[in-house]
Amino acid sequence: MPASTKKGAKFSLDNLSSQDYKSIAQKHEPKRSIFKNCILAFLIGGGICLLGQAIQQAFMALFDMSTKEAASPTVAVLIIISVILTSCGVYDKIAQVAGAGTAVPVTGFANSMCSAALEHKAEGYVLGVGANMFKLAGSVIVFGTVAAFFVGLVYAIFGLEGVHHQ
Amino acid sequence: MKLKGQTWEFQAKPRILASATVVGPEEGQGPLASDFDYIYDNLEINEKTWEKAERKLLEQASQLAVVKAGLTKEQIQFFIGGDLMNQIISSTFAARTLGAPYLGVFGACSTSMESLALAALLVDSGAAERVLAGTTSHNCTAEKQFRYPTEYGSQKPPTAQYTVTGSGCGIVGKSGNGPVIARATIGRVMDLGVKDPFNMGAAMAPAAADTIEAHFRDTGLTPGHYDLIVTGDLASVGLPIAKELLQKAGVPMDETEFGDCGLMVYDRQNQTYVRAGGSGCGCSAVVAYGHLLKKMANKELKKVLVVATGALLSPLSYQQGESIPCIAHAVALEMED
Repeated sequence: MPASTKKGAKFSLDNLSSQDYKSIAQKHEPKRSIFKNCILAFLIGGGICLLGQAIQQAFMALFDMSTKEAASPTVAVLIIISVILTSCGVYDKIAQVAGAGTAVPVTGFANSMCSAALEHKAEGYVLGVGANMFKLAGSVIVFGTVAAFFVGLVYAIFGLEGVHHQ
Repeated sequence: MKLKGQTWEFQAKPRILASATVVGPEEGQGPLASDFDYIYDNLEINEKTWEKAERKLLEQASQLAVVKAGLTKEQIQFFIGGDLMNQIISSTFAARTLGAPYLGVFGACSTSMESLALAALLVDSGAAERVLAGTTSHNCTAEKQFRYPTEYGSQKPPTAQYTVTGSGCGIVGKSGNGPVIARATIGRVMDLGVKDPFNMGAAMAPAAADTIEAHFRDTGLTPGHYDLIVTGDLASVGLPIAKELLQKAGVPMDETEFGDCGLMVYDRQNQTYVRAGGSGCGCSAVVAYGHLLKKMANKELKKVLVVATGALLSPLSYQQGESIPCIAHAVALEMED
């Protein structure tokens, strides 16, 4: 039993420290099943990547594209699928099970933009959709760009050259 | 009214003349469905925006309560209401429709009992004869304002709660034979450092325990005086914490049944998306004004203490790393023999 902060004092909410309270509260909090969540995220996230790979192979086989040429239409198809699932109210239900599995692939990025756009349509296209579409995705773009800048800086300083595709 | 500590003992027997509840489809799938006056089959409540939907629930619940009391809306002398939206727009816009003199209050999810306690005080003191108290919440307005867009795919932890879509209203006056509002304990703000907005139960439990302890200290009663004591929305995490705190504080809660509206409003076995249970202004409002008053009218319950709990955070305070200040207000409802 956690002791109250004042010595010898009877238990009272007034002198219960947040540390002591934390230990009381934690006993009653159900644990997140990290192992199960990891497995589900791996399987569903992997499934999305497998689907992407299949779409890419299909573009290559059907339209005679190179791997690189097929990349952009593949991403576009995944984004469309994600937007449709978001608009039908399904994506968030899959995400409750999948966790990072649906958040990390490009479909998660599309979901963050689409859901924000849908939610804020009520405030109009300019103040609502336009202003809020990047509410969640914005930080990914900002920190992605910042990270790219520093990686570029490291390359420049150490004279490393990126691989240029022709 | 007699003041004892932080508790008002009403002398003039203010009563609930009538009450009404209007809920959304998910509450309609819960175990209390038959206790609600109207259940919508769509989350949009036939409106274009979530905000309009939340407001409509309150407009309809208030109109329904007025009709059930056999009154006209012109006879409502004051309306006391509040909700979770910024600047409590749902209540204010509903007050515009109602047209009664209006006092807007904010107590987050404790608003149901805060407004009822104030309504009882007005009637008890003779400042009014008929006062409407009510509150409303909608799952999607709360998600939109406090969390993420409703369709955003985030994984909610098992401690997360589900905001009730629903509104409950009661009319307080002196006539009739409805339940008497015997006393009310006004809570103080408690904050034991919980910062996680997906764990509201743990944040609010100390506030509930503090108000319950104060209620029995002020009144000299013991929990056994009541047939049932319910908290507002502590849910499956907060209720056992509150039980433990009260046990440590020496309040014999085992004398009576001690439950939580957030655990009563949904069927958690089948409605697994509610996670730890219900929350929101509407949670304690629809359970108290719908379920509990019906049980009291049927004489299944005689004395009930409703302790509505509220987490007084804002999205801004949470983002700035502040912990969650919480409050609880208790109102005692008693049927006369």
